[in-house]
Amino acid sequence: MATFNLKVNGKEHQVEVAPDTPVLWVLRDHLQLVGTKFGCGMAQCGACTIHVDGNAMRSCSVPVQSVADKSLTTIEGLSEKGDHPLQEAWIEHDVPQCGYCQAGQIMNAAAFLKDNPNPTDEEIATAMNGNICRCGTYLRIKAAIKTAANNMS
Amino acid sequence: MAGGGMVLGFSWLASCAPTPEQIKSPPKEWFNINGFLKVGDNGLVTIMSPNPEIGQNVKTSMPMIIAEELDVDWKDVVVEQAGLDKVNFTRQLAGGSQSIRQGWQSLRMAGATARRMLLEAAAQQMQVPVAELSTDAGLISHKKSGKSVGYGEVASLAGTMTVPEEIELKDPKDFKIIGTSRKNVDGKDIVTGKPLYGLDVHREGMKIAMIAHPPAFGLKLKSFDASKAKAMPGIMDVFEINTAPEDRQWSDTNAFTNLVAVVGNSTWEVMKAKKALEIEWEEDSKLESSINHEEILSDFVESGKAKASRKDGNPSAAFASAAKVVERTFSAPFLAHNTMEPMNFFAHVTAEKAELEGPIQTPEFMSKSVASLLGMPEENISIMMTRMGGGFGRRLYGHFGLEAAAISQKINAPVKLVYTREDDMTQGTYRPAYKVTYKAGLDENNKLVAFQVRGAGTHGSPLFANRYPAGAVDNYMVEEFAKDSNISTGAWRAPRSNFIACAEQSFLDEVAEAAGKDPIEFRLELFDRAIKDPVGEKNDYDAERYAGVLKLVKEKSGWGKDMPGVHRGVSAYFCHNSYVAQVVDVVMEDGQPKVQKVWCAVDCGIVVNPDAALNQIEGGIVDGIGHAMYSGLSFTDGKSDQSNFDKYRLIRHREAPTEIETFFVDNGIDPTGLGEPSLPPVAAALANALYQADGERRSQQPFMNEELRNRYKLNVTG
Repeated sequence: MATFNLKVNGKEHQVEVAPDTPVLWVLRDHLQLVGTKFGCGMAQCGACTIHVDGNAMRSCSVPVQSVADKSLTTIEGLSEKGDHPLQEAWIEHDVPQCGYCQAGQIMNAAAFLKDNPNPTDEEIATAMNGNICRCGTYLRIKAAIKTAANNMS
Repeated sequence: MAGGGMVLGFSWLASCAPTPEQIKSPPKEWFNINGFLKVGDNGLVTIMSPNPEIGQNVKTSMPMIIAEELDVDWKDVVVEQAGLDKVNFTRQLAGGSQSIRQGWQSLRMAGATARRMLLEAAAQQMQVPVAELSTDAGLISHKKSGKSVGYGEVASLAGTMTVPEEIELKDPKDFKIIGTSRKNVDGKDIVTGKPLYGLDVHREGMKIAMIAHPPAFGLKLKSFDASKAKAMPGIMDVFEINTAPEDRQWSDTNAFTNLVAVVGNSTWEVMKAKKALEIEWEEDSKLESSINHEEILSDFVESGKAKASRKDGNPSAAFASAAKVVERTFSAPFLAHNTMEPMNFFAHVTAEKAELEGPIQTPEFMSKSVASLLGMPEENISIMMTRMGGGFGRRLYGHFGLEAAAISQKINAPVKLVYTREDDMTQGTYRPAYKVTYKAGLDENNKLVAFQVRGAGTHGSPLFANRYPAGAVDNYMVEEFAKDSNISTGAWRAPRSNFIACAEQSFLDEVAEAAGKDPIEFRLELFDRAIKDPVGEKNDYDAERYAGVLKLVKEKSGWGKDMPGVHRGVSAYFCHNSYVAQVVDVVMEDGQPKVQKVWCAVDCGIVVNPDAALNQIEGGIVDGIGHAMYSGLSFTDGKSDQSNFDKYRLIRHREAPTEIETFFVDNGIDPTGLGEPSLPPVAAALANALYQADGERRSQQPFMNEELRNRYKLNVTG
């Protein structure tokens, strides 16, 4: 066990966990930030996507000891009022079915749009290919990302 | 349905989902009108959503039906998920695409009787005859006097009114909410990461548990050494549980009931301790491999060992005199459900009662099994349904709830059981492996005169003897066979149909080609026969509605026009009381097929929530294409060869169709299934389009995953 100081969504937290504990479980079990989802535990599905210093990372496969001095953003902190253009576009297109993967999809898309504010369909599909939606809402995800990109430009 | 008194309105936001447009603040008081709804003193209405939500969007669409008959403004509605409540609700189950179809009348009645009670209360309060009152969007008006009152103002009195025994329902042409698109009531909570799912359940003092199950079907627990695991940080206990209830029901399907449970403080600590367990397993029954399944299913379809489940005319004579005979065998592997949220459940069992909460499609059945397992009366058991991160049939089988209950009982503390992805994928209730052989005979005029199908599967045949083309062919025979297996199988989105539609509709494409006919015209000729002069009496489908969707997709897709570089396939299927026809357009990109567009015609009667319905159709299409192209589970010595998404391929963004366009038949018929029917036919439309692209008939799924197909081939070792 070791003590880690973490900065999550702009707030400082102190947790006492084993150094190899994945960030996902620190968020979910110790900070009660459960918007970040567990899907596979091996960075294959993207449900656990968060931002580490602004970059999309699979929190299930990142040990807490590697992010101690970094700034983490989860779906709960993507925007203050839940009004990030992607969150609004997701509601406008009524994207979710079961909804479980959508926080990861949104977090992945948010990091991607920062690097590429005007993506083509092809670029969207490539950037989002690591995020599985078992309900098959891929077309709506693509449409929502395009709407958000338009609204952000 | 009982009228009720006043209830307090505290903490209402904790479990309620306001509709996205909602503007009213919470009321000071709520008044129960019936089990489905309560009205606040300010006119805000809480509507209970009785059925489990697995992503089929019933948490929005079922309350819409109540709100319609209640005649309230949708923006004045908050939706609350009901727990298991056998007094107020029936069939609290997510399965068979039946929530809307079977709830249709009772939901309308719930809204209409409540409206009537509010009207009676208003009549009493305003001292006017009830017949002179009318309602509109939560307002009761007396035209003669020009006076009006809001629902909130008479709600207190309405709760004391006698529940009407007979009630008139709205004429569908007067619907204001049904038939209009309303956004998912949980939409905002989903995109902001609020705790909604079973895995998000948290209670003070709650422990985390995991289970270790045999690594292969056919093995059972022999002994275990937990000394290392128990010494690890955060670990509370390790012990054996037996989760077979005395009265086992269908919903208890599960291969492994003797398990090792690990309990501790946090998920990661328990995960690590589970890996440190030293367990000995022993053989309980034969360790099966996919090549054995292939062998047994092939033996059946080739030799024909079973009796016919339907026989019309004289098929053998008709085949003997046929001018042309077409024959092909189709097969598909086991499939895991792979809900994105792995199985989990919360339980808190004390000496007096058991409280359970989590993702379950069959809470009524779980309640009965938990009672049997714990030796506790059912009335002492409560079950709350969380939103589910996918169902697809997996959560019909609630053994994980029993496991959580057994663990909680043993440790005498609240506990959340969590499966890893590997736990989830390797002890499923899989879609069975299937194989069928079709045979069709054409006469010299290329008329279909004989049709035969032999089908086999692990645990049950994939066939529906009385579905199309039964009724359209004079000489027709269905033979079925089920192979026993120790691999647990169950319902997987559109059970049986998910395989047989692909086989049947691919085969009909080939028969149409042999007959020299357009595949849509060929099918329509058969429907024509089934309409005018059906063969036999027990045909499960309405041939006119079936032909209707095929004609609609033909028209909308511009079937028959020249589209250079585009390869088209068609398919139509009936299941879950609904009719779907699809045209798939495939283009080749860098030598790889890409689905450019799917055209889809659907007859599911009245569409309650059109945009959400489109979402279901689109999801079913992507799901159907994905599994037919890429997915499958195979076994070697009882152990699944895939245990996570590195080896088990699911369709991803790049592989999804570029576009899907859906057309609903507007016929005013009471609604039928929607969550499943768009999935089964699409694999055949795709296979038929791929055939147009490269001349190869796809008969073994998954089409684009040779490694998986090879695991089911007799002459290839895996």
